[in-house]
Amino acid sequence: MLSKRIIPCLDVREGRTTKGIKFENNVDIGDPVKMARFYYEAGADELVFYDITASHEKRDIMIDVVRRVAETIFIPFSVGGGIRTLEDMRAVLLAGAEKVSVNSAAVKNPEIISQGAKAFGNQCVVLGMDVKHVGEKKGIASGYEVVINGGRTYMGIDALEWAKQGQALGAGEICLNSIDADGTKDGYEMALTQLISDNVSIPVIASGGAGKPEHISEVLTKGRADAALIASMVHYGTYTINDIKNHLEQKGIKVRKNRNFSS
Amino acid sequence: MIIIVDYGAGNLTSVKRAVSYLGYDSIITDDPEKIANADRIIFPGVGAAGAAMEIMQKKEIDNALKQSFKAKIPMLGICVGCQIIMERSEENDTVCLGLIKGEAKSFPNNMKEVGNRILINDENAVDHCLKVPHMGWNGLNIVQNHPLFNGIEQNDEFYFVHSYFPVPIDKSHIYGETQYGITFASAIGKNNLFATQFHLEKSGEPGLLILKNFCLWKP
Repeated sequence: MLSKRIIPCLDVREGRTTKGIKFENNVDIGDPVKMARFYYEAGADELVFYDITASHEKRDIMIDVVRRVAETIFIPFSVGGGIRTLEDMRAVLLAGAEKVSVNSAAVKNPEIISQGAKAFGNQCVVLGMDVKHVGEKKGIASGYEVVINGGRTYMGIDALEWAKQGQALGAGEICLNSIDADGTKDGYEMALTQLISDNVSIPVIASGGAGKPEHISEVLTKGRADAALIASMVHYGTYTINDIKNHLEQKGIKVRKNRNFSS
Repeated sequence: MIIIVDYGAGNLTSVKRAVSYLGYDSIITDDPEKIANADRIIFPGVGAAGAAMEIMQKKEIDNALKQSFKAKIPMLGICVGCQIIMERSEENDTVCLGLIKGEAKSFPNNMKEVGNRILINDENAVDHCLKVPHMGWNGLNIVQNHPLFNGIEQNDEFYFVHSYFPVPIDKSHIYGETQYGITFASAIGKNNLFATQFHLEKSGEPGLLILKNFCLWKP
């Protein structure tokens, strides 16, 4: 039986993570490569890197980070942020990422999903969705609207329709981020996660709002998510990956156990 | 020298990085002569069996691999590399290398996980079909010991991304099985050949351990 995945998310700006880890003195706070290794050893099932560097010229810095991460950890990881073209995707995958995540670029040009899926395989393409609750209105039957630019720009697209379209275009996975829940530590947007999970057949990664292990068990059961993205709750040392997995195990949720290898 | 066979399937550099991390040199090549003269051969792969076999035939890599198999060179297939060693694959109805008798099949439609409803713990939950491709971490049930399993424990988990899996006719070729709706062979082998359906290069410490065991293996 497949394990549910716990995925720490690292925001990277010009080669440095924007949030450090506080609980281990031997980790160079801010170095994404060291943080990646730390989470690898701590039992993360996968990692996500978001390049929040605004300018396109500085992409080479991110590619270098990806390359060094790939030499250091041996679990899958995806890279998102600023992926606009097939060439951007290729560069990230060649540098060693397992998957690329497209978000704004896919909203503006959905073809990038099918092009990426065709060139690299569906499993390589993650559709990143930023979603806000706007209530039921014309064109937004589900009440959830797709937004870009960190929630500032409303796109007039129904989140449910966009998820289905993304799957039809060949996305292998959806990373579903609730802008409303993001950063609140009050829990994931349960209704949204359920809605999308119930209506697509590709895996859904829930994102935004995780503050304690109970939030994660809830979104993996009631929310029907396949994986949970986490950030500050582990970055600031409030919880370890083990704390979370122990809790999930108690709740009867299958997780991958991290055991010690002497080699 | 360890040869990593380039037959157009992706993911080669990930395997090279993992091998290098373990302290072994390797080269990625599509040259059949180099493959035929290798000390060890790894053929990883992400992609489709049909496309992989087409490139193999065009570059005459298929014959080089068949020779190496007869010459008792240690060989390791990963993912698609675990499927193309069968006689044929259901994927694009492809004739494969035939090193192990049997074929690669796809997961049946509408598989359901027993106990999933209990896990969801919600009476209104839709009884979801299992998603294909099978993607993520899943356990390995060792059904037969093998030198490559040294240090591996029952139910250690590995990373999978696939829609097809090998079905050897002779069950003695099955070393490990995994449960996903059905029970399928996830590690198979014969003589100097071993292959895993899961990605050793992306499976953390247990994956690296099997890779390391392969680098030391004297079949």
